[in-house]
Amino acid sequence: MTMPEPAYETKEICSVTRLLMSPSRQNSVPALPSALLLPKNYSVLSAFCTEQNVNQCTSYINQEMGSLGLCGLSVELCDGGEGLEAVSALNLMYELLQVNRRSQRALEEMENLHLRSTSDLEHLQHGHTRLKDQLEYIRRENSGLHEGERQLQLKIKTLQSCLKSEKEEVQKLQSIISSRATQYNHDAKRKERECTKLKERLNQLLVDKRDKKLVIEVSNTIGRSDGKRGLWKTGKAEARHEGEMYTALLTDYEARQRSLMVENAELKKVLQQMKKDMMSILSPKKPVAKGAVPEDSLEQVDADAEEEEEEEVCESSRESLEQSCEQAREQLTNSIRLQWRRLKNHMERLDSQASLAASQERERDGEELISRRVHEEELQRLRLELQQCRDFVQAQQQLLQQLSSPCDEETAALLNDCYTLEEKERLKEEWRLFEEQKRNFEKERKSFTDAAIRLGHERKAFEDDRATWMKNQFLNMTPFVDRKRPAKSASTSASSLGAEPEAKVISTPAPLTKSHSYTAFNTPKAPISSRTPSTADLYRTLRLLPDNSCTRGSGKRGSRLDSSSVHSSGEHSTAKSRQRPPDSSLRSHAKDFHSPT
Amino acid sequence: MNFSEVFKQTNQLCRVSPDGKYLATCVQYRLVIRDVNTLQILQLYTCLDQVVHMEWSSDSLFILCAMYKRGLVQVWSLEQPDWHCKIDEGSIGLLSSRWSPDGRHILNTTEFHLRVTVWSLCNKSVSYIKYPKACQKGMDFSTDGRYMALAERRDCKDYISVFVCNDWHLLRHFETETQDLAGVEWSPNGCVLAVWDTCLEYKVLLYSLDGRLLSTYSAYEWSLGIKSIAWSPSSQFLAIGSYDEKVRILNHITWKKIVEFEHPATINNTKAVVYREVEKRLTIASDDLSLQQLSMGSSVFNSQSKYEICQLPVQVPTVQPDTDRANPKVGISSLSFSADNRYLATKNDNMPTCVWVWDMQRVGLQAVLEQASVVRCFVWDPRRPRLAVCTANSKLYLWSPAGCVSVRVPVEGCFQVLSLLWHCSGDSLILIGKDQLCLCYMETEQES
Repeated sequence: MTMPEPAYETKEICSVTRLLMSPSRQNSVPALPSALLLPKNYSVLSAFCTEQNVNQCTSYINQEMGSLGLCGLSVELCDGGEGLEAVSALNLMYELLQVNRRSQRALEEMENLHLRSTSDLEHLQHGHTRLKDQLEYIRRENSGLHEGERQLQLKIKTLQSCLKSEKEEVQKLQSIISSRATQYNHDAKRKERECTKLKERLNQLLVDKRDKKLVIEVSNTIGRSDGKRGLWKTGKAEARHEGEMYTALLTDYEARQRSLMVENAELKKVLQQMKKDMMSILSPKKPVAKGAVPEDSLEQVDADAEEEEEEEVCESSRESLEQSCEQAREQLTNSIRLQWRRLKNHMERLDSQASLAASQERERDGEELISRRVHEEELQRLRLELQQCRDFVQAQQQLLQQLSSPCDEETAALLNDCYTLEEKERLKEEWRLFEEQKRNFEKERKSFTDAAIRLGHERKAFEDDRATWMKNQFLNMTPFVDRKRPAKSASTSASSLGAEPEAKVISTPAPLTKSHSYTAFNTPKAPISSRTPSTADLYRTLRLLPDNSCTRGSGKRGSRLDSSSVHSSGEHSTAKSRQRPPDSSLRSHAKDFHSPT
Repeated sequence: MNFSEVFKQTNQLCRVSPDGKYLATCVQYRLVIRDVNTLQILQLYTCLDQVVHMEWSSDSLFILCAMYKRGLVQVWSLEQPDWHCKIDEGSIGLLSSRWSPDGRHILNTTEFHLRVTVWSLCNKSVSYIKYPKACQKGMDFSTDGRYMALAERRDCKDYISVFVCNDWHLLRHFETETQDLAGVEWSPNGCVLAVWDTCLEYKVLLYSLDGRLLSTYSAYEWSLGIKSIAWSPSSQFLAIGSYDEKVRILNHITWKKIVEFEHPATINNTKAVVYREVEKRLTIASDDLSLQQLSMGSSVFNSQSKYEICQLPVQVPTVQPDTDRANPKVGISSLSFSADNRYLATKNDNMPTCVWVWDMQRVGLQAVLEQASVVRCFVWDPRRPRLAVCTANSKLYLWSPAGCVSVRVPVEGCFQVLSLLWHCSGDSLILIGKDQLCLCYMETEQES
């Protein structure tokens, strides 16, 4: 709108445009209001387009349109030169309206934007002021703090100076004190000296004056409390006093030494006791530890060595109790220390094991959360079983007591010792076995005695036979033929005679049958057996299989006596086993006996 | 428990003879000898002046009566009433007088500690020991009476002389490492001499009989040190009480500290029993409240008291000492062992109403006796572990491991027990008042 008007534009146009342009101009041009107020009355003057200037107007408008970018549209006059072409004019108008609306919208948007920006600005301004205030406040605070700091610094300075002065004061006072002390000491000494001098003088005066009053009046002198006369002061007396003094000291020291020795001995005893206890605590656990913990076998070996050493030490220290020599004492303490260390190790190991077990337990619990009910049931069951077993054990105990009444005390003690269920069970088993065995033996014995009688008869017959045979041999004796025969027969007779006591000697280990001891015992017999293998074999088989002996032994009578002796030993052992059921050797023996039956 | 009637005495002069047969009391210038059992007067001696000090000889045959103001000592014989001995120290003056252990010599310390005069009753001879030191305990005889240790001061240095009492032969003479020696005390077995320094310095020196220094002990420096010292009867322990309110026990082998007994104002040791004396005024509003009782003056004397066992912790009353003055009332002023070495009784000066009993076997506090008034004196029974305590009122207090008891002395009139004295058998106890005395017989063990 502010663009320059074309040169041909009239003043009127100008005025109209001006009117449209700014309402403020309305007032400045007071001639125009009438035209505005009465728009219907288009005055010729004020109109833009008149009949005369239609052409200019159209061209002008076209031009304007062109400048507005609406090139395609133009107002065209009718051919007649009069009136406008309606279509083009309307199009133009429509376009203009569109443009107007668009511009209007743009304007609105712009206004909105403006509004927003102004509010933003306001907000920013607010923020700015606030920040400014804050800054101000902080500055003030800062200055305040600075001020405080300065004051504190000042204070510190004054205090430091104060301290310094105090220190100086203290030092001064100390020096004063020390100087005074020295002065005082000096004065005191001087005074003391004077005092002593005065005393000396006084003494002298008193002595010189021979104070008459200084007397003792005794109606008659009395004897000494010890009844002796006073002695002259001589060198001898002096020596005597010295001697007495030293004897007194000596007796005191002796008494003290004695008491210390007693104390020492007691402490040593305690130490020994402790050591013994430790050893007893530690030693039974060792094999278990050995089996359970193979990785520290080396350590174990060490420990074994140590223990041996300790035992030696123990012995020696026991001796040392009397002689209490330095080295022995050291040994004792060392061994105690060693034991202590071992105990500690052991405890630690136990601790770790316990913790391990606990953790395992926990893990297992975590793994297999067996229902509690099952556990409880199991527990209940076990408890019941335990109760039953206990009853059982008690009954057995009673039975045993009744059975072994002659050796009551021993059995009672032993029963106390082997109270566990297992042992009872085994005992019972054994008992039954032994009873059976006993019966067997009884039977056997009978058969054996019969056999023995028979053997006796047979032997007699044999002897007779032999005598006759010998006689025959003797009679028709040849130098080398059958030389061995009489020797052999002699040896057999000797062996049969000598076998009886020998068998008795070895009878106790004999029932162990295949054990080494048996063969070892029998080794001296080896030559005999080689000479008479059949007899030895018989012996062996007899001992091995007492049941079969009846069938086998029937052939050879000489062996039966031996087996009877074996039998008696077996009886003996049963009697023994009654007393000592937990003896393992006897148990195995019983088993061996039992197995063939 | 029975009580005798009241006898007169002056200056609290009352002594039982060492053999336990006689009781000697001084009334003004008269010396009265009684039989302990019958209390009948056996002898009556008249001295030249009011007696200040009285002492039995070790064999119970003679009695020494000293009149310090006149410089006189009179000796009386019990066997021969007409025998008489008088020693006059003359113008030199007399400060203290005592028997030598043999009972045949008298040792007089002259004024200004000028010298010690040794008078012999056997041959009237006199000898002098110069330069004795004026201190807390400058002279001590060993228990067996064979040796005497005497502190001396020469050339501003401390020395100790050990004499053989038999013939006053000087056995040893040695210098001590002390600033200003305060006292000497023999161990009961007579082989060790404990020497302690002045209170300005905490220092104990232990010398053998032959003058060798066995050990030195010092607990701390600078502040006030040792106040009192006591040997256990077995010579096994040396208890040292000091101004820091602690008792330190040294052992006889290494002479090192075994234990330290503190005396805290708040007792919370659960193993200790605190007995508190509770006084109950007699509520006699009836005609019993006669003129006589009113004339007794102080109502303290007709009050009854009993012990209560306090619940721990217990706050013990303390006195704030005046530290600006010399010899402040703080620290362990007295300690003594029971005859069986088992217990140690102590008194802390700033807790004047309390007696502390320590168990030496357990090395811990056994009991505390909190009295209603200030404790004057406590003495162990010479035979049993039994402690007698008095607090300057008409009551006697006894402690034993079994418990504690308070007994009112049934005496007419005002009788304040100021001091106590056990008979050597432990069967009777002499209660000493201001100018009276009374015997108390212990009948059975249960009563204590």
